[in-house]
Amino acid sequence: MKTEDLLSLLATRVDAEKIQNPMRRYGLAVMSAMALATALMAELLGVRSTLARDLSVPMFWTKEAFCAVLGAAGLVGAARLARPGSRLGWVRVGLAGPLLAMWLLAAVALVMSEAQDRRALIFGDTASACPFWITLISAPLFVSIFWAMRGLAPTRLWLAGAAGGTAAGALGALVYSLHCPELAAPFLGIWYVLGILIPTGVGALLGPTLLRW
Amino acid sequence: MSSGFSLVLSCGGEFVGEQGLVTVHDDLFWSQSIYCHQAVTKSDCLSNSENGERLSEERLRGLLLSGIAGDASAYHAFLKELSALFRAFLRRRLVRLPEEVEDLVQELLLAVHIQRHTYDPEQPITAWVYALARYKLVDLLRRRSRKDLLNDPLDEDSELLATSDGEVTDARRDLAKLLAGLPDRQRLPIVYVKLEGRSVAETARMIGMSESAVKVGVHRGLKALAAKTRSES
Repeated sequence: MKTEDLLSLLATRVDAEKIQNPMRRYGLAVMSAMALATALMAELLGVRSTLARDLSVPMFWTKEAFCAVLGAAGLVGAARLARPGSRLGWVRVGLAGPLLAMWLLAAVALVMSEAQDRRALIFGDTASACPFWITLISAPLFVSIFWAMRGLAPTRLWLAGAAGGTAAGALGALVYSLHCPELAAPFLGIWYVLGILIPTGVGALLGPTLLRW
Repeated sequence: MSSGFSLVLSCGGEFVGEQGLVTVHDDLFWSQSIYCHQAVTKSDCLSNSENGERLSEERLRGLLLSGIAGDASAYHAFLKELSALFRAFLRRRLVRLPEEVEDLVQELLLAVHIQRHTYDPEQPITAWVYALARYKLVDLLRRRSRKDLLNDPLDEDSELLATSDGEVTDARRDLAKLLAGLPDRQRLPIVYVKLEGRSVAETARMIGMSESAVKVGVHRGLKALAAKTRSES
C-alpha cells in the first residue's frame, strides 16, 4: 500500500468524534483502586482505634499531606508522561518539595531530641513492616494506574513507569496511614519514603515492558 | 512540504553510527540547540527554525483540530503534511537504512491516527508529533539492533542509496496484505468504511453488526494493523 493510499484510508469517514478526555479514564481507575486499597487495608490490618484522637494532632495532618501531595504529583506526572511531548513542569517541585520538607522536619526532630530517644524516632514500633505494607496496599493502585497509562501513549517508558509507581506508592502510603500509628518525622522520612520507592523502582523497571505500544 | 518544515528539518543533525544503528537514549531528545547543523551558525538556525516552527505549529494544530471535529479534507491535509515532515525527519536519521524510511512513515501515520486522542490541545502539536516520531524511531532501532545480532550487517551498498533523496520510495511492507489477515469483524468495517467510504450505518446493515460494533471494529482493526507493522519489521 502506498503512503498516499494509507492517507486516504485514514482520512476517509472521520466522523466528528467526541474525544473523551483521557483523564476521565485515569480518574475512574484511581478512584476505584483507592477504594480497593482501602478495603485491603481494612481487611488485613484494620483502621487503628486511635485515629479519631489523632485528628487533632498537627503531625497527623503533616503525614497525610506528605502522602497526598506526593501522590497527586505522581499522578499528574504519570498522566503527563502518558501523552507524547508533554512537559513535567511543576511535577518535579511537587515530588521534591514534600520529600525535602519531611527530611528537614526529621533533621530538626533528631537534633532537638535526647540521644536516647532517637532510636524510637527513627524506628518507631513498626519500621520493618511499614515499607512492605505500603508496597502491598499500593498494588491495586499500581495495576490500575498502569492500565490507564496503557490506554494512552507514553514515550519515555521507564520515567513514565517510575511516575506511575510513585503515584501508586504514595497513595498506598496514604491509605496505610489510616492504620499506621507512627507520627515521627524521621520514621516517615525513612520508612514511608522507602515504601514509596519500592513501587517506584518496580514501575521504572517494568515500564519499558508494560507500557510499550 | 512547506518551506517552514524544510527550514526546521535542515537544522536537524544525524545520529547514525557505524552500521546505521545507534543506541539512542531516551533522554537524547531532539532540540535545536543540541542538533544545530555545524555548517549553519547557531543563531541562524534558531531564528529560522523558530519561525518555521511557528508556521507549522499553527497550521498543523488547526488542521488536526478540524480533522477531529470531522473535517475529512483538513484531516487528509494534516496527515499529508505530517508524512512529508516524518519522511524528512527519518531520512536524516536513517541515512544507512533508507529502505526503512517509508515503512516507518506509514507506521507513524497509523500511530498518529490511533493516538490522536492523546494530543492535549494545550500543548504544542510539534512537540507531540516529534515525541511520537522519536519514540517510533528509537523503537525501530532497538528492534533492528536486536535482529542484527542474528543477521549479517548491512551491505556497504546502502551508502550509495543514501545519497539519493527526494522521491518517495515505496514501502516494502504491504498494508493491504496485513489487512487481509485481520478477522472479519475488523477487516470488513475497515474495507467498507475506510476504503470504500460507506457510512457507518450502511456498513452496519451490510454486515449485520451494530453501528457501535462497526466503529469499534474500525478502531481495533487499525490498532491491530499497527501492531502487525511492528512485529513484522
